[in-house]
Amino acid sequence: MTGDAGLAEQRIFDLDEGELERRLSETWETPRGIWGALTTVDHKIIGRRYIITAFVFLILGGLLALAMRLQLAQPEARFIGPDRYNQIFTMHGSTMMFLFAVPVMEAMGVYLVPLMVGTRNIAFPRLNAFSYWIFLAGGLLLWIAFALDTAPDVGWFAYVPLSGPQFGAGKRADIWAQMITFTELSALAVAVEIVVTVFKQRAPGMSLDRIPLFVWAMLVTSFLIIMAMPAIMFASSSLILDRLVGTHFFNPAEGGDVLLWQHLFWFFGHPEVYIIFLPAVGMVSSIVSTFARRPLFGYLPLVMALISTAVLAFGLWVHHMFVVGLPQVGESFFTASSMTIAIPAGVQIFCWLATLWDGRPQFKTPFLFVIGFIVTFVIGGLTGVMVASVPFDTQVHDTYFVVAHFHYVLIGGAVFPLLGAIYYWFPKMTGHMMSETLGRFAFALIFIGFNMTFFPMHILGLEGMPRRIYTYQPEMPWAGMNLFVSASALVLASGFFIFFVDVLRSARSGAPAGANPWGASTLEWATSSPPACFNFARIPVVAARDPLWSEPDELTVATGLRTDRRELIVSSLVEAQAEARESSPRNSIWPLLSAIATTIMLIWSIFSPWAVVWGSIPIAIALIGWFWPKQVPEDES
Amino acid sequence: MQSVLNAQAEPALHLKYLIVGTVVLCAIIWIMVMIVLAWSLLRAYRSPGEAAPETERRMGRVVLSAAAATVFVITGLTIASFYATGSLGRPESAPVTIKVRAQQWWWQFIYDEPDPAKAFQTANELHIPVGTDIRLELEAADVIHSFWVPSLTGKRDLIPGRRNVLILRADRPGIYRGQCAEFCGLQHSHMALFVIAEDNASFDRWAADQRSEARTPSDGEAVAGKAVFMAKPCAACHSIRGTEASGTTGPDLTHIASRQTIAAGLLDNTRGALAAWIADPQTLKPGNNMPMVPLSSNELRQITAYMDSLR
Ligand code: HEM
Ligand SMILES: [Cu+2]
Repeated sequence: MTGDAGLAEQRIFDLDEGELERRLSETWETPRGIWGALTTVDHKIIGRRYIITAFVFLILGGLLALAMRLQLAQPEARFIGPDRYNQIFTMHGSTMMFLFAVPVMEAMGVYLVPLMVGTRNIAFPRLNAFSYWIFLAGGLLLWIAFALDTAPDVGWFAYVPLSGPQFGAGKRADIWAQMITFTELSALAVAVEIVVTVFKQRAPGMSLDRIPLFVWAMLVTSFLIIMAMPAIMFASSSLILDRLVGTHFFNPAEGGDVLLWQHLFWFFGHPEVYIIFLPAVGMVSSIVSTFARRPLFGYLPLVMALISTAVLAFGLWVHHMFVVGLPQVGESFFTASSMTIAIPAGVQIFCWLATLWDGRPQFKTPFLFVIGFIVTFVIGGLTGVMVASVPFDTQVHDTYFVVAHFHYVLIGGAVFPLLGAIYYWFPKMTGHMMSETLGRFAFALIFIGFNMTFFPMHILGLEGMPRRIYTYQPEMPWAGMNLFVSASALVLASGFFIFFVDVLRSARSGAPAGANPWGASTLEWATSSPPACFNFARIPVVAARDPLWSEPDELTVATGLRTDRRELIVSSLVEAQAEARESSPRNSIWPLLSAIATTIMLIWSIFSPWAVVWGSIPIAIALIGWFWPKQVPEDES
Repeated sequence: MQSVLNAQAEPALHLKYLIVGTVVLCAIIWIMVMIVLAWSLLRAYRSPGEAAPETERRMGRVVLSAAAATVFVITGLTIASFYATGSLGRPESAPVTIKVRAQQWWWQFIYDEPDPAKAFQTANELHIPVGTDIRLELEAADVIHSFWVPSLTGKRDLIPGRRNVLILRADRPGIYRGQCAEFCGLQHSHMALFVIAEDNASFDRWAADQRSEARTPSDGEAVAGKAVFMAKPCAACHSIRGTEASGTTGPDLTHIASRQTIAAGLLDNTRGALAAWIADPQTLKPGNNMPMVPLSSNELRQITAYMDSLR
C-alpha cells in the first residue's frame, strides 16, 4: 500500500483506451468454463448467480402457494392431507423469507453496490463466493428434505414446544434450524462485505451526502443484519441443543421458557421484515428519480427515514406477541412504538410523491411497478398500523387478515419494487432491454391478480378464518371467497409467468441497451452494459449527488491503479478522499471447498453432536488453504 | 357464526367499533394519498416541469405538514387503542371461574368447585350463564394453542408452563363458535369449540345434569355396549364418572350425548357419526390421538348405543 502520492506516480496517460482495457481484462478476467465458474470472485458473476438462484426459489415457493390455494379452494378438500399441507406452508414461508426475499435483496446489493460506488470489486470477494455457496447449500438441504417428505412442518417461525424434542418428531425441525444457520452465515458475510465496500471503497469524492439512496439502503440493511442475527443464532442453536443433546432452554417442565423462543425469534424476525423492505425502498428511490427525470426531493429526510426505521425496527418485536398475555404496560409501549414506525414510512412516501409532483414521469415498466408499489404498500402500511393496536390485534392475529397484511407489505412493498428493479437494471446486467409490451402485460396481470388474491383475505380474516389451516368445514361462510382467491392466484401466477418468459427471451434477444438506456444519474450507468470484468476502465471521480446529470459529457477520472494487479482505491470514510491502493484477491477454489466442508459439518450435526468436533477438521483445512500467506511481489513503484 | 363483525357481547362490540373506525379512517387516508398520486402523475402531461427553488420550498412545507398530520393520526389511533383495551373487562370482578386446558386437538373445560364432588368437566362445549363475566384460566397440556371466540372477545394464547386469564361474557343467549388460532400441529384446522350461553336457570339445570354421574343404561344394546367399552382400550383413555373408566388422555364422556358435536366440532353428534368416528378416527381426523380400536360391527353398534344413552 502506498499513500495518496502513489496514485499520482502511477498515472498511465500514455495508454490508449483499448490497450488499457485489454490489460485490465487480462488481470481481472474470470477464466472460461467450469473451473472459472467454481473459482470466480467477481461480484457481478456471483451477484447474478445469487439473483437467479433466489428467483428459482421464488418460483418454487410460488408453486407451493398455488398448491395451498388449490387445497383451500373448497371446504374439506382432500387434495393435500394435513401432514403435507403443514410441510407446504412451512416450506412456502421459509423459502420465501429465507431463500428468496432476504437473499435476493442481498444479491442485488452484491451486484449493484460496487458499481454504484464506483469500485472494481466488493470487499472480501472470496467471502462473497463462500456466502453464495453456503446459501445454495442451505436451500438445497431444505428442498431435498421436502422431496424426501421430511420437510419441516412447524411453520417458518417454528414455535416451541411444537418444534421441540417432545413434539417435533424425526429430523424435520432440525433441518429447519440448520437451514437457518446456513442463511445466517451467508447473510452475515454479505452484510460485512457491503458495509466495508460502502465505507472504504467509494469512488473519490463520493462523500456521505452523495451516496445513492439504494446504497444507503443496503448499508442500513447490512447493519440490521449484523445486529439482528445474534438473536436468531442463539435461538436456533438452543433449539438444536434442546433437540440433539437434551438441554432445556425451552422446556417449561424443566425450568425453561416457551416465550424465550418467541422473544428471540421476533427480535430477529421483525427486523427481518425491514431487511427485505429497506433495499426495496432504495430501489424505489432509484427508479423514481430516474423516471421522474429529476433529483429526488428530500435526500436527507429519506436517509434519516431509512436510519430511523432501522432503529425503530428493534423496538417493536413484541407486536407479534400481543396475545401471549404480557403485562399491559409492556403492551402499551409496544403499541406506541409500532405505530411510530408509520412516521418514517409516511415521510418516504411523501418525498416520492413530491418528486413525482415536480417531475415529468415517463411511464416505462419499472416505473409502473413503482406506482403499483405505492398503491399497495400504503394499504399494507395502514393495516400494519391497525395490527399494531393491541385490542385490534387480539381479533385479527393469526387470521387471514394478517396473511393479507403481510403479503401487501412483502409483495406490494418489496416484490413490486424488486420486479421494477429487474426491469430497470436488466439492461445493465445483460446488455439487453426487456420488452416494454410484455412488461406492461406482466405488470397488469401481477398488479390486478395480486389485489384480487390478497384483498379478500382481509375480509376472510374478519369473518373469522384462522390461518395455517389445511381445510375448513362447509358450514363456515368462507367457501365462495376462498374459491375466488384461489382463482385469482392463477391470474397472479400468469403475470409472473409472463415476467419469466420476458426475462428468458430478452436475455438472449432483447434490443441492445447501451451504457445508459434510461438516462439515469448514478455511477453504474457510467460503464458499459454489461460491465466489463473490471467494472470501470478508469475510476470516476464524483463531484455531485447525481454525477451523470451534473457532468453529462465526461466524468473526471482517477488514474493510477496498476493494470497488472487487481487494485482498488481505498477512500476515507466521510469525504471519500482517495487514501491508498489495495489489492483485491484473485480467483480461488478455497471458498467453495470451505463451503462444502461447512455444509458437511452442519448437515452431519443434525444427526450427531460429534459432527461439531470431527466436522471442524475439514473446515480448518479448507480455511488454512484459503488464508495461506501468498508471496506477493513487492510493489516496485 | 364466528366473525369479528358479528359482535354479540360488549367486549366484542368495543373491538368492532375500534376495528370499523380504524378501517374507515385508514381508507380515507389511502384515498387521499391516491388522489395526490394520481394528480401528480396527470399533472406531468400539462406542466413543463421546471424545477424552481420556489416550488422546492413549497413542497418542503407540504411534506412537513403531511408528516405532522401523520404524527397526529398515529397519536389519535394509539389513544383509541388504549381506550379500547381499558374497556375489555377486569379479571378481579369475575364471579365464575372455569379452567380451559387445550390439547392437541380438543378443548377440555373444567368446572372446579370447592367441593370436589360437585366439580365436573366437559369437552369442546363451554356452557356459560348469560350476562356474567366469566374468568377463564387458560392452560395448555402440550403445545401453544389460542382460545378465540370472535363474537364474544379477542383471542388469548394458552402456553405450556404459564397460566393466562381471559374474561368472557355473552350478553345474549346463543351458540358462539370459536376455533384454535395458534398453529398447534397436524389437526390445528379441526380444533373448534362452541360457547353456549344460556340464562341462569337453564345453565344451573345443565350444570346439575353434568354434575350427576353417568346414567346406567337400561336398553339391552347399550348395556352390552357399556361392557364392550370397559373391556376394550376405550376406558384407558376416557373417563365416565360412575363407572371404572377413568382415563385422562381423551375427553370425558360422562354426558357425551348432551353435546352437539364430536371431535372438536368435526362431526354432528349423531349415532351415525359416532359409529363412523369410533370405527375409524384416523381417516376422519388424521393424526389425532385416538387410535383405531378393532371392533366387530356388532360391538360397534352396541358401543354407539351406549354413547347415545349418556345424556
Ligand atoms: C404467488 C404469490 C403468493 C401466494 C398466492 C401466497 C399465498 C400464501 C398462503 C395461502 C399462505 C398460507 C397462509 C396460512 O395458511 O397461514 C401464505 C403464507 C406465507 N407467505 Fe405467501 N403467497 C405468495 C407469495 C409470497 C411471497 C412473495 C412471500 C415473501 C416474500 C410470501 C411469504 C409468506 C409467508 C412468510 C407466509 C407465512 C407462512 C407461515 O405461516 O408459516 N408469500 N402465502
Ligand atoms: Cu390448537
